[in-house]
Amino acid sequence: MTAKPNRSGAGAFFAGLLRHQIMIPLAAMLLLTIFHLIVDRSFFSISLMHNVNGDPVLTGSIISVIDSGSELAILAIGMTLVTAASGGQDISVGAGIAISGSVILRVLCGTNPSPEHMQAPIIVAFLIGCLAAAACGAFNGALVAFFRLQPMVATLILFTAGRSIAAWVNNNRLPVVNDIEFKYFGGYIPGIPIPTPFLIAIVCFIVTWAMLKFTNIGLYAQAVGINEKTSRLNGLNPAVIKLTAYVILGLCVGVCGLIKTSRVGSINYSVIAKDIEMDAILAVALGGNALSGGKFSMSASVLGAYVIQYLTTTLYSLNVRPAAISAYKAVVVILLVVCSAPAVREKFSRLMKKARAGKPSGSAA
Amino acid sequence: MTAVKKIRGFLRNMSDTNLLTSITVFVFIVMYLIAIFGLGEGFTKPQTLFNIMNANAALIILSCGLTLVMISGGIDISVGGVTALVSMCCAVHLDYQGGNVLTALLIALGIGLAFGLVQGYLIAYLEIQPFIVTLAGMFFARGLTTIVHTDPFNVQNEGFLKLKDIRINVPGLGSYNRHGAYIDAYVEIGVIVALVIVALMFVMLKWTRTGRSFYAVGGNRQSALMLGINVRRTTFLAHLTCGLLAGIGGFVYFMHVGSGSPSHASGEEMNAIASSIIGGTMLTGGVGNVFGTLFGVLALSLIKTIVSSIGLDQAWWKDITVAAMLCIFLIVQSVIVAVRKRIGVSASKQKTG
Repeated sequence: MTAKPNRSGAGAFFAGLLRHQIMIPLAAMLLLTIFHLIVDRSFFSISLMHNVNGDPVLTGSIISVIDSGSELAILAIGMTLVTAASGGQDISVGAGIAISGSVILRVLCGTNPSPEHMQAPIIVAFLIGCLAAAACGAFNGALVAFFRLQPMVATLILFTAGRSIAAWVNNNRLPVVNDIEFKYFGGYIPGIPIPTPFLIAIVCFIVTWAMLKFTNIGLYAQAVGINEKTSRLNGLNPAVIKLTAYVILGLCVGVCGLIKTSRVGSINYSVIAKDIEMDAILAVALGGNALSGGKFSMSASVLGAYVIQYLTTTLYSLNVRPAAISAYKAVVVILLVVCSAPAVREKFSRLMKKARAGKPSGSAA
Repeated sequence: MTAVKKIRGFLRNMSDTNLLTSITVFVFIVMYLIAIFGLGEGFTKPQTLFNIMNANAALIILSCGLTLVMISGGIDISVGGVTALVSMCCAVHLDYQGGNVLTALLIALGIGLAFGLVQGYLIAYLEIQPFIVTLAGMFFARGLTTIVHTDPFNVQNEGFLKLKDIRINVPGLGSYNRHGAYIDAYVEIGVIVALVIVALMFVMLKWTRTGRSFYAVGGNRQSALMLGINVRRTTFLAHLTCGLLAGIGGFVYFMHVGSGSPSHASGEEMNAIASSIIGGTMLTGGVGNVFGTLFGVLALSLIKTIVSSIGLDQAWWKDITVAAMLCIFLIVQSVIVAVRKRIGVSASKQKTG
């Protein structure tokens, strides 16, 4: 009897926490961490080593999570905005990365597939790559905003053609960049032991945070996503806002294209960033954002992206075959989504209430 | 003048579904005529058309399922994964477990039914977004395929090979080869299955109460609910049927290729969605027709055949043409619907005014 008020207080506390959107990825992360603490603590060990160039680098499973999860996190930023504004997802981001990566390599290499020196400064190549990716985003955005196509269908066009266009840009050759400076973006900058992609992701996050803080784009995107007609009556232009969201996603895709090509110094059109669109959408869903548009939380999405990479690395550490990983991921995703489904939550809370109401009467009898 | 008015009135009275379907059929016929007169020879033989159908029988079945789901306002992107899983399971069952064709067929149906049941329940009764559920379904099916067996292999089972090689001759449509010998035109069993399914689905969607309720739910959930339609059961049924058709489609695919491989049918879900859209189904729901979908599949593969036969045989041209075609169709559809909506609004204003 004495425990009862205590429990209800804890219940209220947990209910309050559960309402917080960021709880969903945090809970998933906590579960994975507990799992590792029990099964294999060496997962958390981080050591400082020196790579072939003699520069200090941090290594360890956690570092590899924040390293390879960065592209996903950057994509999740743009995808969240697109989801919020248009109530749909862009499935052409993988193809977009192929295009921007191909353009970057094309500018760097010129007509010769494996030149001795780069033909253009990296920043120029990066900007042109971003421009190409933003153009793809604008194409998707125009289809969604002006022709009122469903986002998934509109982006299906580039999803089909993107990798072919990427191959066409380089005439189906595989350019190779051997310059060491180009490798910095996907590896380590000398003297800094933290992987560069993670730093880039942090910069992207800060820029987005500042953008959301000092402009109204976040608020407008939510307004358009929640009710397009009302937002129009309030003097917003839904089409322009949707288009902006897609262009921002395009810029994120351009950044990812740089990181992805820098990691290997080359490109494989059919394999680069394969299935990353699915992971990016999952990151948004795992962040607790409604996939039908409206309210969003950028930090929850970014955290969701890293949690997905955490899960992938966990599965790798359990010696799961790379091709089979998707099956386990699917089970986890379904479990998460089912647990956070409103219908299930309602039923669960009703059950809890019944159990609470049932206990005292049972003890009385 | 009166003729123009008549045509205009006719177009205005047509439903969106019929208009979009007839556009697809018209485009397909025009494309085929261009192919016959521009490229000659090969396309005049009926066998060319039959070959397209042989290669795409599975896609027709998958697209039918997707059309149904899209009409009811959902989406299913797991069909390609289910196809790969079905063909791998059947292949393993036939070659390593000494099974026969009948049990393989039962396995195929069972897998399809299981996916349909689970996904349908999650989507209809737990109200989770169909995109996420079927995305997970796709991941699950693809991953499971490699868990069942890693490497691609050809099936050697005799009973199955016999079934695979059955060719149904179409009388009167054969052609003479270079030596003057008459060769019958043929289709595979899969084509017959696909056509039967198209016919059944057409009848079901057109003339049964369940069929009409799919349109009602897709068109407007709220109104459908107020009309007394069991919205949840209808959504569930749509996904269940789509899963079952994915199982059947998987078996037909398996009969065509005769092997199991984790990379089978990759991207098939996007082909199926594209075919449905070209066939006049709208992803917003409530508009669509399996008859149009049939022609959507045919038009899609016809343009691929044309592109490769006019010499643009670099791999990228195929994808770029398909994407361009999809783009044009989507824009035309959206413009038509917008214009018709405006006309409709202005007509109602005249009535009230």
